[in-house]
Amino acid sequence: MKDDRLNLLKSKLQSSNFNIEYSDVNGTPAMYLNKDEVLNVCKFLRDDESFRFISCVDAVSVDRFGKKNRFEMIYNLISIENNERIFIKIRLDSKKPEMESLVSVWKSANWYEREAYDMMGIVFLNHPDLRRMYMPEEFEYYPLRKDFPLMGIPDSIPLPNK
Amino acid sequence: MPQTVYKDLKEQDPTIKRSKILDALETEDLSVTFPDSLDNEMILNMGPQHPATHGVLRLLISLDGETVIKCVPELGYLHRGYEKLAESCTYHEFIPHTDRLDYLSPMANNVAYALAVEKLIHLEIPERGQYIRVIIAELARIQSHLLAMGAMVMDVGALTPFLWAIREREKILDLYDVICGARFTTSYTRVGGVAQDVSDESMAAIKIFVDEFSANLVEMRALIDRNKIFIERCEGIGYLSKDDCIALGLTGPLLRACGVSRDLRRDEPYLVYDKLDFNIPTYTESDCLARYYVRVEELIESIKILKQCLEKIPKGQYNALQTKKVLPKKERVYTKMEELIHDFMIINFGVNPPVGESYSAIEASKGELGFYFISDGSGHPWRLKIRSPSFSNLQALAPMMKDCMISDTVVIIGSVDPVMGEADK
Repeated sequence: MKDDRLNLLKSKLQSSNFNIEYSDVNGTPAMYLNKDEVLNVCKFLRDDESFRFISCVDAVSVDRFGKKNRFEMIYNLISIENNERIFIKIRLDSKKPEMESLVSVWKSANWYEREAYDMMGIVFLNHPDLRRMYMPEEFEYYPLRKDFPLMGIPDSIPLPNK
Repeated sequence: MPQTVYKDLKEQDPTIKRSKILDALETEDLSVTFPDSLDNEMILNMGPQHPATHGVLRLLISLDGETVIKCVPELGYLHRGYEKLAESCTYHEFIPHTDRLDYLSPMANNVAYALAVEKLIHLEIPERGQYIRVIIAELARIQSHLLAMGAMVMDVGALTPFLWAIREREKILDLYDVICGARFTTSYTRVGGVAQDVSDESMAAIKIFVDEFSANLVEMRALIDRNKIFIERCEGIGYLSKDDCIALGLTGPLLRACGVSRDLRRDEPYLVYDKLDFNIPTYTESDCLARYYVRVEELIESIKILKQCLEKIPKGQYNALQTKKVLPKKERVYTKMEELIHDFMIINFGVNPPVGESYSAIEASKGELGFYFISDGSGHPWRLKIRSPSFSNLQALAPMMKDCMISDTVVIIGSVDPVMGEADK
């Protein structure tokens, strides 16, 4: 995204009184959103005439083990008509990582959030179908968390008797 | 009528014996009917081991007669935890695992991964290396689209085009063999370049393939493109509106078949794609047939790109000259002290990118293939997220299948062209 466009976005978000912290993912603009404002900012990004970030192509769940806010969600948004990309990031609580689901804004967030729930244990409120994506339903752990061992936990999936 | 004959016989001689099942056949209520069979929902479990699901995709389909009411895809049968594994691999060590993501076009994954690491460590590779990468990425696209085409056509009953597509695909695998020494699990790229230069003989072999391919494609298309059965099985099937396609985060041929001209090769150019001339085929019908045509026309564009690359590719260095990041040549490792030290450090401790995050994506055959790295400055990534196109595209399967016939599910899966190695990660 070019600098003038980014400044336009910043001023528009400023005028709506959103509390946003701007950063950068190796050249692509990114912004940290306040957890309570996520839905409103996302709706703004999707619907605003001059930006139209109408497609969410990925969501990354991060475990920053050892930091104050351990978990983080990163959504990868693209605007097709302007050919722009932006990342939005949401810091989540260490003890109880949960946030409002963005399925109501972007339908594609459905599976991405299910994957984040499965792998990192992040709970998405008001998600229509929050099931595990890859692991079996009876699995109790979240494998991508840093405190989950690489080799797995023995007997975490019960096997049939010999 | 035998029935009356038997009855008459029985009237004449009641002791005559017939088996009970034949007696049952001739009683009045022999018509075994299911009450309101068409009003009852039936749950059909398709896969994970099913030849038409292109891998270990499992679908739970609820049916009303032959019409699909709802479809729930179930993933994870090929989940190997690559994102977890990446956190304990150095950046170089993970390259062979990328072969196993989209195993139908391993070269494209190698290129995508190497580009992502290079973006993270801010490394630019020489022009020859970039051209080599474009060549192998386009060969991978042809390889993948040929299988997608062949398998989709086979799903609706035409076997010959599949065999012809596999024949062409086999030639590409042979090309890989001369380029990098492996047909299937190539692991050809390295951080900062490729494993070895492409020899003149290999270039000549690629040129022969490119020259012959167009004619072979015409031959193959003659069987399919105006085939009445194929068109009637595909036209209007698996329709998904443009808004839904965008909202569901589709990329690649599926998105281009619904009228959105988005291709990362042009929109976020990487390598030398901005110096090459190619079109982006787009259709608006958004059905299985349009997806097929998009793929076929992309084959032609890929051949165009390959021809330009073979003409333009310069001589010279193919690996970046950054001794602390790029693996040195083996013969120098064995004879020079400095190179031995660098080789040891890179292999054992990794390339140590700066602390930060980076996202880089390429247009793979199925869509946007991206890698999101989070680095803490050590030799291993802190987190690697693979944005796999098949995973996103499969999300559109359920809405595409709504209200279609059970026989169409197979061609819809074929038109989405998922690869489970990539979707399950």
